[in-house]
Amino acid sequence: MLDPVPLAEKPPILEMRAISKSFGAVKALSDVSFAVQEGEIHALVGENGAGKSTLMKVLSGVYPHGSYEGSIFFGGEERHFRDINDSEKLGIIIIHQELALIPLMSIAENIFLTNPPASRGVIDRSERHKRTQALLAKVGLTEQPDTLITNIGVGKQQLVEIAKALSKDVRLLILDEPTASLNETDSAALLELLKEFRRNGITSIMISHKLNEISEVADRITVLRDGRTVGTLDCHAGPVDEDEIVRRMVDRDLESRYPKRDPKIGDVIFEVENWSAYHPMHSDRQVVKNVSLKVRAGEVVGISGLMGAGRTEFAMSLFGRSWGRHVTGTAKLHGKELDLSDVHKAIRAGLAYVTEDRKQLGLILPEDIRKNVSLAHLGGVSSRGVIDDIAEMKVAQEFRTRMRIRSHNVYQETGKLSGGNQQKVVLSKWLFTDPDVLILDEPTRGIDVGAKYEIYTIINELADAGKAVIVISSEMPELIGICDRIVVMHEGAFVGEVAGEEATQENIMRAIMRRKGRE
Amino acid sequence: MSTPQETISTPQSVGGFLKDNLRDFGMLISLVVIVIFFQIATDGVLLKPLNVTNIVLQNSYIVIMALGMLMVIVTGHIDLSVGSVAGFIGGFAGLLMVQWGLNFAVVIVISLAVGGLIGAIQGYFVAYFKIPSFIVTLAGMLVFRGLMIAILGSQAIGPFPPIFQKLSSGYVVELISSTGGLYITSFLLGLVLAVILIVQNFASRKRRISHGVESEPFGFFVAKNLLILAGVGYIAFLISSHRGMPNVLIIMAVLIAAYSFLTTRTVIGRQIYAVGGNARAAELSGIKTTRLVFLTFVNMGVLAALGGLVVAARLNSATPKAGTGFELDVIAACFIGGASAYGGVGKVTGAVIGAFLMGVMNNGMSILGIGIDYQQVIKGLVLLGAVCVDVYNQRR
Repeated sequence: MLDPVPLAEKPPILEMRAISKSFGAVKALSDVSFAVQEGEIHALVGENGAGKSTLMKVLSGVYPHGSYEGSIFFGGEERHFRDINDSEKLGIIIIHQELALIPLMSIAENIFLTNPPASRGVIDRSERHKRTQALLAKVGLTEQPDTLITNIGVGKQQLVEIAKALSKDVRLLILDEPTASLNETDSAALLELLKEFRRNGITSIMISHKLNEISEVADRITVLRDGRTVGTLDCHAGPVDEDEIVRRMVDRDLESRYPKRDPKIGDVIFEVENWSAYHPMHSDRQVVKNVSLKVRAGEVVGISGLMGAGRTEFAMSLFGRSWGRHVTGTAKLHGKELDLSDVHKAIRAGLAYVTEDRKQLGLILPEDIRKNVSLAHLGGVSSRGVIDDIAEMKVAQEFRTRMRIRSHNVYQETGKLSGGNQQKVVLSKWLFTDPDVLILDEPTRGIDVGAKYEIYTIINELADAGKAVIVISSEMPELIGICDRIVVMHEGAFVGEVAGEEATQENIMRAIMRRKGRE
Repeated sequence: MSTPQETISTPQSVGGFLKDNLRDFGMLISLVVIVIFFQIATDGVLLKPLNVTNIVLQNSYIVIMALGMLMVIVTGHIDLSVGSVAGFIGGFAGLLMVQWGLNFAVVIVISLAVGGLIGAIQGYFVAYFKIPSFIVTLAGMLVFRGLMIAILGSQAIGPFPPIFQKLSSGYVVELISSTGGLYITSFLLGLVLAVILIVQNFASRKRRISHGVESEPFGFFVAKNLLILAGVGYIAFLISSHRGMPNVLIIMAVLIAAYSFLTTRTVIGRQIYAVGGNARAAELSGIKTTRLVFLTFVNMGVLAALGGLVVAARLNSATPKAGTGFELDVIAACFIGGASAYGGVGKVTGAVIGAFLMGVMNNGMSILGIGIDYQQVIKGLVLLGAVCVDVYNQRR
């Protein structure tokens, strides 16, 4: 698999020298140097806000030549990109974390959106169809070119983005958190694809927080911290220690990636019985199938499963029927049956649901931290319908300190915070409602190691305060690291349960696969 | 980068504070600039007492309807039917009052209720049926324009009873005999208003300082309050030198105060902004988004009805042409005032200033003898320009 020729002997395909970039008084990058060899997979890691995205925007011309200091060499020549078209012409293609596909257009239309095969301005559909098929084959997709984007899953959409990049004669492919929203299977497929590209001579830069994936595929790893290059590790020089990477990223020793805790587990406080929900559009599709779950006070229960197993749907249908139709089943708190017929009632009953999609479903992005924190419990900062702005501000400040939200003050727009800090605002909002049962859906998606650790600590504190905590996550190490018990969900039903101390990735996967094999 | 400087809100320099709040003051400054411009261009006619009173009367119904429209726009919707609804209610009130001879107070109550009902019907389709408000209210615009013509035929109904006319063309009763052409009661009323505003500002500042959260520099605060005193006092003086304070100005002031309070200080106001900012996130925070959207349309219907009554009282007749094109002025007032077409952003004070900005321009251009044709061109350009400046400011 590995190229026997030592990579460093060839001249680099890309070299960024002494790049500095400031936004007003804030220095986002200072004197960053970064070199990528032709044909390698180069991982770029660092905490949120370390400057990874800024560096890639400088490279791709989003920040044009002249708006930064330093120089960029690509393919042996110095380049002055004025915009993203300039860099694309040379085959530098960037795939952003938020996919840029148009949902109601077909795969073929999306791939050839800007440069469709055409003669005299009329699109040649059959040619487009043919070329799309060829590209899809390269990325391992069997979908028809005229399938609409909205009808394929997010994992496949990611592959379509890559096919789109391939249509542009890519020489350097930049992927920003390509697997952040993918499940294990899709992630593995994507990583395999990157390896195949490497065999075909395509160079890739991969930004990721998932260290296990990086150590699997990367040839070299560059670590950024606070806008500076900390160093580049060569993965072929010897095995890469993940803890070593983390240490360099955060500049402090994390004893482990998961904070320790002594669980003090009490009686069952939250019980769900025979919970079912149907798809809102296809009313004959039962997405959640007679699920029953008991959670004890002080217990952290994880829900594992593949993408599409129905975990989010279960959580949201429970949380005031915010998903699905024909939702049936009973939920009890402290033995008393709850009325969860709408979100408002669910919150009052003591439930909180931290969504997996903080930007779309979690935050009012144009509003500040203060207004977001109080939103789910305005009653707590008002009397007779009138808001006490001082009390509200104090609540927000308290949470800002407690959760270590990094911002200028509580009046900062949440849209301008980094992912980890946004997540802390969402958590603050739900903690302010003082829930008995807290459901966290992918609580650490797309946030850096340091912020993850802080969020795990908060989860532990909540459990220690006697709350019932349910964590949904696609990252098995995370569930194993923080949960007392993990239930496995597959195709809408709970198919297995593993106690925290016995949990390994293998036996969780086995629970899923056993079930799959039987079908 | 990962640990930005921690700053708590401490008093800033005047310049820094102005920069942070440029958006809020920018509107007011533009209004003042335009007033000064027309004052010079019209050789002082613009700020003659008679004309100031006229500007207030001419724009009262736009301001009233803009209050409702602002809330509709903040939730991310639009109401194109307000002009037709206002006209329809005017005709309806004329029918009840003039032809059927019903008591004016009863008619006002019924009219407002009918306005609310109209809003409820449109709101039902928008909120619960999820039909885009643009379409629902476009339909409403046609329906109520048509219904009005059906009620009135092609002629006007009038005149209204004198007491009803007082709604628009009446003035506050003078308790003290006036001397030297100045209506003392009206003037005092204006001064009391200014003093109330200033006392409130002081109380709020004191409270904020005691909690250590004030960021407004003291010098700026003093200057601001002096300007409020001078501005409100001057306008009160001008109005009181003509015929005193118009009743409709009182109605307007009360409504502006009430809606400012509602939008900035109450739970329901906060929730309306949340719905506009991100409806799904608001829903998942336990806010009853559909009901709120429905209620903003009911509210809009009531205010459109009130606007219709004010227009009818002012014209002293219900004509089939009444209310034509109002929706455009009302919507323009909100957008000039800084409301976002995407929802979630907009202020009551902005919409009011926007309405008067349009009003002063209308009035000034008419005095200058600019034809209705170029007036429209200029107003259109001002609308586009104002929104462009706003978008530009936000991008920075």
